Parts: sequence; structure tokens; C-alpha cells
Amino acid sequence: MSSESFIVRVEQLRKRYRIGEREPYKALRDVLTELFRAPVQFAKGRRTPGQHARDWIWALDDVSFDVRQGEVVGLIGPNGAGKSTLLKVLSRITEPTEGQVTLRGRVGSLLEVGTGFHPELTGRENIFLNGTILGMRRAEIVRRFDEIVEFAGVGRFLDTPVKRYSSGMQVRLAFAVAAHLEPEILLVDEVLAVGDAQFQERCLGKMRDVTREGRTVLFVSHNLAAVRSLCPRALLLEKGALAYDGPTDGAVALYLGRGREPHAGVVEGAALERRLVKRRLYADAPFFHCSRIAVLDEQGFPTESFRSDEEITIAVDYGVLRPVPSFRLLVTLIDSNSVPVLRTETIDDPALDGPPALEPGSYRSQVTIPRDLFGDARLDVNVSLIAEVNQVLDYAGVATLEIRFAGHGRNARGKAYLRPELPWTTELVGAATERA
Amino acid sequence: MATATQADLGHVDTGRVTVIKPRRGWASLDLRELWDYRELLFFLVWRDVKIRYKQTAIGAAWVIVQPLLQAGIFTIVFGKFGHLPTSGVPYSVLTFTALLPWLLFVNALTSSTRSFVDNQALVTKVYVPRIFLPIAPVLSGLVDFAVGCVVLVGILAWYGIVPPLQVLTLPFFLLFAILTAIAVTLWLSALNVKYRDVQYTIPFLSQAWFFATPVAYSALVFPAHLRMWIGVNPMAGVVQGFRWAIIGDQAAQVGHLMLLSFGVVLVLLVGGIEYFRRAERSFADVV
Repeated sequence: MSSESFIVRVEQLRKRYRIGEREPYKALRDVLTELFRAPVQFAKGRRTPGQHARDWIWALDDVSFDVRQGEVVGLIGPNGAGKSTLLKVLSRITEPTEGQVTLRGRVGSLLEVGTGFHPELTGRENIFLNGTILGMRRAEIVRRFDEIVEFAGVGRFLDTPVKRYSSGMQVRLAFAVAAHLEPEILLVDEVLAVGDAQFQERCLGKMRDVTREGRTVLFVSHNLAAVRSLCPRALLLEKGALAYDGPTDGAVALYLGRGREPHAGVVEGAALERRLVKRRLYADAPFFHCSRIAVLDEQGFPTESFRSDEEITIAVDYGVLRPVPSFRLLVTLIDSNSVPVLRTETIDDPALDGPPALEPGSYRSQVTIPRDLFGDARLDVNVSLIAEVNQVLDYAGVATLEIRFAGHGRNARGKAYLRPELPWTTELVGAATERA
Repeated sequence: MATATQADLGHVDTGRVTVIKPRRGWASLDLRELWDYRELLFFLVWRDVKIRYKQTAIGAAWVIVQPLLQAGIFTIVFGKFGHLPTSGVPYSVLTFTALLPWLLFVNALTSSTRSFVDNQALVTKVYVPRIFLPIAPVLSGLVDFAVGCVVLVGILAWYGIVPPLQVLTLPFFLLFAILTAIAVTLWLSALNVKYRDVQYTIPFLSQAWFFATPVAYSALVFPAHLRMWIGVNPMAGVVQGFRWAIIGDQAAQVGHLMLLSFGVVLVLLVGGIEYFRRAERSFADVV
């Protein structure tokens, strides 16, 4: 295929930010202080701070690629690698510092669901408002109105202000509007990470439909399973630069491979950082940090392959830096569609009567999942550390458990996530009457 | 190979090619894009109107009550105690005529200046022509303005005043008022993205501006040879234009004043658009 058939072309794109990712807005006072402190530099139009190279960061550094029409391209990489910045440049939200992007066709970008939703307006009104904000024509919205309402499942509440909706309903309505955009080029950022599992599955389904219609899609996600199932091609971004461009399996392998320790089952250091999907901490004085997450077999050796008749132990090492009034640690096992299969957390411990307060120090929390619970299953391990005052660390995909069903007695069929050994009884409750 | 390329591009809308690259120097308005997004402007205005008086006890009645209360206060404070010259027109008519465009302007000032802070998601999460955000509140004020006009007709009828023929020029002065509001708010809203201080100065700014504009008093308080210079304040031109069109007031004395106001608005508007387009480049990174 000719190289001229691109629909998106990105050439030597660079984007520079002040440290801290966004420039903090300035008070006039600061400008005046600068003016008085350093009148000479000010007159030259130079602000004293921020001129040194170390105060700047290249969020995108010389990124070039082409996308052909109908291609579905995944965009993966660790936090801060520049994925969202790239989408923001492509959607014209922010300007590149250098380089050029050429887009052939109408662009629809979904960096957030429900942009512009107003709580006082009704569902019907918000569909129109949000639709126009996303770039739809009024006539187009009218034409697809019934479809949108049906997809969102909010028919009865159309004339109720959105502020009376449950948050789930709001998300559904917002996604429904977005899903009915019909641009030639669709940019999607992690919007599937909202709503319950069932709704997420529907969103993924809708995404699959979109890709089948020959639309060109650029899709950012931390959900590697979703990227793998939707996108034949993926780009891996690392520190603003393009580290890989090719088949998705290669990108995922490279992304995970970089972080993998020599033996599976243990993640720590940079590899652990790479799996961090959400961080909400007071940056200058964090309350805790996580140092190591390990999946261990009955002998205490790290591994990720288990037989269903083995116990699985998950151990998390973390440091508490300041007294935490209430601490929780959650372990969730999810399947490849992100459906949670098992969740367990520290306060399930019957000896506790609530989330414990922790003093500064090093801690290890571990949980053992009993044997004879799972069937054949391939499950990702997610770990969340949560402390009072809204501090969160979320790790996704720290390990992938490969569990092979070992059989109960003579039965070796285990095609189910759960295949526990349960006490069955079978008895005769009434003898068959003899035919006369 | 060339034919293959053609086929590949078969159902791509090649007419719509967007090139994104860093812009430098002069920035002009992309009028075609604004036209493409015209429905968005309509919906933003419509949203403003719709939610303005939600969850208030008397609802839309505020549209009538606000200017009436204000005109009433001015009539008592300035008309009764101030003994200001009114050239024979009842003081409340003189004030109300000026209050209509003034309220349009000052309400726009307050809400447009904050428009980017209030609509952050529209700046950082999606691309829309951002110039619409400060313009929408100006236009949504037209609803209040229309209602105010009805009230004004009532007041005129009460006093038995018949507007002169030049009342037909009123739409022109309304446009003048709208352009003034847009010109000023383009500057203030763009500045407010970078310096949040701006929104805190609005109450003082509008107060000072109010006293500098002949709303609660007649332009006749200024000596004749200095009078035209208050036209440096474009709102003075707007207000005098309204008075001239509606009650035929001070016709002879405001010609130069209005021309001056005109020039000032033109400069403010062109400069405002240019400043806005330049500042806009970093909105998403700064707001």
C-alpha cells in the first residue's frame, strides 16, 4: 500500500511543558514580584525561572507515524509517557511545540465522557448540548436520538434533570452520546474505565462495532486485554518517545517485558511503577509507598502458574511514612474483559473491627486464597492501597495467574473461573411407580 | 501505484484536511470554522438562558425585577436628592433607557470573564472554537434585554412619551452594545485564564465603569466643550446612542462622542481578537 494513503500523519511532533505537567496559573502579584526582583530580565521579556532546561519536560519528543484509513491503533505506555498529550495535540486541544500533524477527515475525540454535561439540564437537553460539543450537527443528533436513548437505557428519565441521575446513569448517557459520533477519525482516551463491568463490556462491544465500520481509531488504554482484542497495531510510548510501532502483541510484550523481573511472580521498583494506573497522594508528603508485590506458592516461591489444588498467596510490602488513621488494601482478580472475579481486602480479617490505623514503619500484608476454588482461569491481579483522607495507589496487572484445573476425583473438566469442591448429595426422593 | 492511492482514499473526505502545527505571529479568525460550529454557539447561549434562573423562587421574573429595582433606586437616590439635570425628560425614563444596554454589558462582563474557568472541561477535554465561550454569555443577555424593552415600552406609555423616528436606528446601537461587550470580554476572559486576579477585580471595575458612564446621570453634567471626550469610554457612546434613539435626547451634542466611542470599540475589538487568538494557544496548558 502506498505511503500516501494515510489519514493521520504525525511528523516529528514535539510538545514541551513546564515541570509539573501544566503551567500553574499565575497571579498578577507574581508577575509584579518578578518585575521588581529582576527588572532587567523582565524588560527583555524573560522570566527568570523556567528558562533552564531542567524546568522543562518534553512530553512528546520527536514522534512520527502514519495511520491508514480503517486502521485501529492502540496507544500504550506507562503513566506520563505522553499518550494523553498526543491525543490532545491530535484533537487540537493543545498546540505542539514543534512538528506537524495532518488529518484527513472529521475528527471526534473522546478524552472524557460527558464533557459539558450540565446537572440542571434534563437528559434530553444534555444529549443535544453534549452532542454539539463533540461536533455533531443538530440534525444528526435528532436522527440518532432514539438510538442514543436506547443505548443509554434512560428512556423514562429523559425529562429529569441529570443531577437526579445516579452516577451510573450519567456515565451511560454520556457514553451513549459519544458512541454515536460518526467521525472519520476517532480518538479515545481510557473512557472505558468507567461504569460497572457489564456496561464496560457493552462499551467494548460498541468499540468493536465502530472498528468494523471502517472508522480509523486511536485508542489509549491501560487495559492491555482490551487493546489486544481491539487493535491489530499498537504504538508504545516511553518518556515521550515512540519506543515501538507494530503488531499489538509485540508492543504489549515489550511493554510488560521491560518490567518483568527474571522470575515471574514478583514486581518491584520500576516494574511496579509501570503498573501504577492511579496515584492520588499528597505529592510533597505521601502517606505511604508500595515497594513490592509478590505472588507465592505454598513453599513461598514466587510464581504465576498454579494448579487449582494449590494455595495462592499474594504478599504486598509497603512503607507507611506518616501515621494513617485508617488503611485498606484490596486485591482484585479480573478476567481479560476486566470483570472482577474475586476481591478480597485487609478488613475482611475478622479480628479487625474496621480499617486499622497504622504507625510509620514497614509492613507486609498477605492473603492466601484457598486451594480447590478455581477452574481453568487466567486472571490478572490488581492491587489497591487506600488510606483515609483520600490517598490511593492503584496497580493493575501486577501478575497474571495461570491456573490449571487439577480435577476433583475423576472429573477433570474445569472450564469455569470457579470450580470449587462442594458437598453434593444425591438421593432418591420418590420411587418410580410401577406401571400397571 | 497512483491509482491504488486514489482507491485507498475513495471514501475519505479529502476536502477536510486539517494541518496542526505551532502557530506563530499574527493569528486571524477562522471564519469557516466558526460557521461550521454555529450550532454550538446557539446551544451554549441556550444553555445559559435555560439555567440562569433555575432553582430560584420567582424564576424568570428576575429579568423584570432586576432593572426595575435598580432604576427605582437611582430615581430615589439621584433623581430626588441629586438634583441632576435631565433636560425635561423624567429621570426614571432617562435612567431606564440607559440601564438596558448597561445591564447587558455588565452582566456579560461578570459571566464572560469567568467563562473559561467555569467551562474548564470545554477547554481541556475537547476542541471547540474557544472564542464562543466568552461570546455566549453576551448573547444570552439579549433575552433579558428583550424583556427589559417590553418594560421600557410600558414606562414610556405611562409617561406618554412617543419615541422619535430615529428609534428605528436602535438595532444598530444594540449591535454597538454587543460589540463593545464582546471586545472588552475577549480581553478580560483571556487574561483571566492566566491571571485569576481579573475575576476578582470585576466588581470594582464594573462599579467604577458605571460611574464613569452617564447611566444614572445625563451627559449634560459635563461642560459642552469637554463632553465628547467621555466617548473614550465606549459605553458612554452606547448609552447616549440609546437615549438619542429612544427619547431623542441631546441629539446635537453626541455626534463626536459617538464617533470617538466607535473608534475605540473598533480598536478594542480587533486587538481583543488578536490577543485572544494568541493567548488561546496555551489555554489548555494553563487554565
